[in-house]
Amino acid sequence: MNQPKKLFTIIAFTENRIGLLNRITIIFTRRHINIESLTTSECEVEGVHRFTITTRTTEERAVKVVKQIEKLVEVIKASLHAEDETIYQELALYKIDALKIAADGTFTAFLNTLKKYNAGIQSAEKEYIIVQKLGRRVEIFMLLDALKEYHVLEFAKSGRVAMTRSANDLDQYLREMEATRAAEEIEAIGV
Amino acid sequence: MSTQAPQTAYKMKTPPRTMTGAEAVVACLLEEGVDTIFGYPGGAIMPVYDAFYDYQDHLKHILVRHEQGAVHAAQGYARVSNRVGVCIATSGPGATNLITGIADAQIDSTPLVCITGQVGSHLLGTDAFQETDVIGISMPVTKWNYQITKAEDIPAAFAKAFYIARSGRPGPVLLDITKDAQFNKLDFKYEPCTGIRSYAPYPKSRPDDIIAAASLLNSAKKPYILVGHGVLISEAQEEFRAFVEKTGIPVASTLMGLSAFPCDHPLYVGYLGMHGNYGPNVKTNQADVILAVGMRFDDRVTGNLASYAKQAKVIHIEIDPSEIGKNVKPEVAINADAKEALLALMPHVHERTHTAWIQEFKDCDAIEHEKVIKREFTLPENSIKMANVVERISRKTSGEAIVVTDVGQHQMVVSRYYAFRGHENNVTSGGLGTMGFALPAAIGAKFARPNDEVIAVIGDGGFQMTLQELGTIFQEETGVKIVLLNNNFLGMVRQWQQLFFDRRYSFVEMKNPNFIKIAEGFGITARKIEHPSELDAALDEMLAHKGPYFLEVVVEREENVFPMVPTGASVADIRLE
Repeated sequence: MNQPKKLFTIIAFTENRIGLLNRITIIFTRRHINIESLTTSECEVEGVHRFTITTRTTEERAVKVVKQIEKLVEVIKASLHAEDETIYQELALYKIDALKIAADGTFTAFLNTLKKYNAGIQSAEKEYIIVQKLGRRVEIFMLLDALKEYHVLEFAKSGRVAMTRSANDLDQYLREMEATRAAEEIEAIGV
Repeated sequence: MSTQAPQTAYKMKTPPRTMTGAEAVVACLLEEGVDTIFGYPGGAIMPVYDAFYDYQDHLKHILVRHEQGAVHAAQGYARVSNRVGVCIATSGPGATNLITGIADAQIDSTPLVCITGQVGSHLLGTDAFQETDVIGISMPVTKWNYQITKAEDIPAAFAKAFYIARSGRPGPVLLDITKDAQFNKLDFKYEPCTGIRSYAPYPKSRPDDIIAAASLLNSAKKPYILVGHGVLISEAQEEFRAFVEKTGIPVASTLMGLSAFPCDHPLYVGYLGMHGNYGPNVKTNQADVILAVGMRFDDRVTGNLASYAKQAKVIHIEIDPSEIGKNVKPEVAINADAKEALLALMPHVHERTHTAWIQEFKDCDAIEHEKVIKREFTLPENSIKMANVVERISRKTSGEAIVVTDVGQHQMVVSRYYAFRGHENNVTSGGLGTMGFALPAAIGAKFARPNDEVIAVIGDGGFQMTLQELGTIFQEETGVKIVLLNNNFLGMVRQWQQLFFDRRYSFVEMKNPNFIKIAEGFGITARKIEHPSELDAALDEMLAHKGPYFLEVVVEREENVFPMVPTGASVADIRLE
C-alpha cells in the first residue's frame, strides 16, 4: 500500500507571469512535500518559462502534484520523470582555504583530487581557491567529502538542469494546442 | 458546456472612448452581461463606486452588511443561474473578509469574479493604510487571480477573468485593482476572451474510453450511477435523465448533485454519504460497475477509501483531470464535460432494466423507513423535529422551491428530506462547510431568480454568524423566507460529542437572543413556534406571505441525524441508530 519515496524530477513549462513560482510552491507546501531543488529559466520558446523541480516523495503523490501544477491556468505543460528518464546536470562551487594548502604543502594532491573528480579551478586568490564541478548530485557530494581535508570555506550547489530522454518539441506542442483551441472555438460558435 | 459564453455576433455595448479605469470596470461588467453586483465600499475602491453612481440604471448594486455577505450572495446568485457571480470590496479588511466565500466557491466549483480595491501602486509593499497582499492570500483558494496596476490593462484582465471563472470546471477569480489604475485614463475597447494557450478547459472524451465504458455498463449485473454537481454545472440534466432512463440504472446523488435528477423519479434511490440514505451507501459496496458523473469522491461520500467500492469497476466522467484517480482509481476515465460525455456514451449503451437490483435498494429503503424515517416523520405531541419541518416544506412547495442551507444537522436533514425536483434548486456549502453561508446565499439566489420561492433553512449557530445580512434584506426588500431551526445547540458538534466524546458537551450550548425582536428590528415579519400543532399553519402563513418572512421553529434539543457513516468507517457499516 505505502509506496517507497523516490527522487522525482518535475518539469513544467509556464507563461512568464508574476507569482507563478508561488502558485507552484504552495501546491507542495499544502501537501507537506519538500522541494529538494528548483531551477527556473527561459526556454527555447520566447515568453515561456521552464521550472525544473526535484522532490522526494511517493510516485502516487508525485503524479497528483503534477496534475495540480498542470491545472494552474498559466502552466502550459507539466511532466513527471523518474531518475533514469532524465539527463541532468547540477553545478557546484567550493571555496577552499588556499593558506592551509600552502601551509600543508598539499597542492599537488589537491590538483589530483580535482582531476579525479573531473572538477576545475574557477578562480584562485591568495586566500582561497574556487573549485567548480559540473555533474550529478552524488558526484558533487563525493567531491565535497574529498575536499574536506583541504578545508572547505564555503559550498554552494545549483538546482537541477534537466532534459527528458524523449524528443518532445514544445514549440510544436504549443502550435497543436493553438490549433485545437481554434477548432473548438469554431465549433462553439457554429461556423 | 459553459453558459454565458461569448455570443457569436458580439456587439460591443460600450462604444470605444477614453474613460477612467473605474468607469472601465463598470463597462467591462456590462460587456459581460452582469446586471447585479454585491458589494461594500471603502477607501481603495471609491473611484469604482463613484462610477457605479452613473450606471445605477444598468448595474444593480446590492449593499450588503459585511463583505462575507457579498461573496456568499454572489455564490448564491451563481449557483442558481449558472452565471458568473460578481462581488466587490475595498482593500485590506474588505478583501480579507471575502476569503471564506472565495474558498467556499473554489471547493464547490462556483464561478465568481471578485473585485478588490488596492492601495496606489507606488504604495504596494509599504504597509500602507488598508494594504494587504490579497493576491498572496487568495492564491491557494482562487482559480486565478491578478493585480491590475495600469488602467489600460483593465479590459483584457476582466475578459480573461470572466472566461476563466465560467469555463471548464468553474471557480472564483479575484481581480485586485490599485487605486491609481482606477483613476487613470485609458482608451476603452472590449474584446471578450475566447481562449488562453496554457489553459484547456474542455478536454474531449476519447472514443476508446467511451466504448470501454459502454461495454462495462452493457454487461453489468449491478450497475450504479453516482451523480454530482458536474451535471448541474454542465447543464446536462436532460441528457442525464435520458441516459438513466435508457440504461435503467439506479441513481444516487451527492450533496452537491441534489436537484440534478428528480428525487421522485423511479430510478432515484437516494442521497449518498455520511448522513445519506442507507441503500445508496450500502449498495456502493455491492455494485459491480459504478458510473460516477461529475463528482469527486469526497471523503464525506466515500468514508474509508480502503474499503470503498473495492469490488466495483469504476467509470469516472470528470472534466478536471486532477480529480481523476485522486481518491478512487477508475477502470475507465472519461476526461470530459458531463454533457459531452453523456451524449457520446448514449448511442453505445443498451436499453436495459435492472428490476431485481433496484428491488435491493427498495428493501434497504424499507429498513431505513422502519428504523429512521417513520420516527422522523411522526410529529411528536410536545416538540417539533427538524425532519417534520423539512418534510412539510418539501410537500408544500412540491420540491420546487430553491432551498438554501447552512451547515450542520439542519443541512443534512434538508438533504435527506427535501425532495428536490426543481431546476438547480439546492444551494448549500458542500465542500467547505461554511456556517453563515445560507442567509447571504439566499439573498443572492433571490436576485438571480426573483420569481422562484427561495427558502433559507438555517440553524441557530450559523444564523448568528451572518445575521447582519437581515439588514440587506430590509433595505432591498428581498423576498426570502428564513426558517430558523433552533435547538439552542451547535447540534452537529453536540451529536459528535455525544457519540464519540462520551457526551462531554464542550461549548456547544447557546444562550440565544430573542430572534423575533431581531428580525422585527430589521422590519421583517417574524413568527416563533414551539408546538407541533402550530407547524402547518405557520408554514402556510410563511409561504403565502409576500416579501421577506422569518419563522423560528424551536426544535427538539438533542436530536441526532441518522443514518451515519462514522469517520473512518466503511460505507457498508453505516449506522441506523
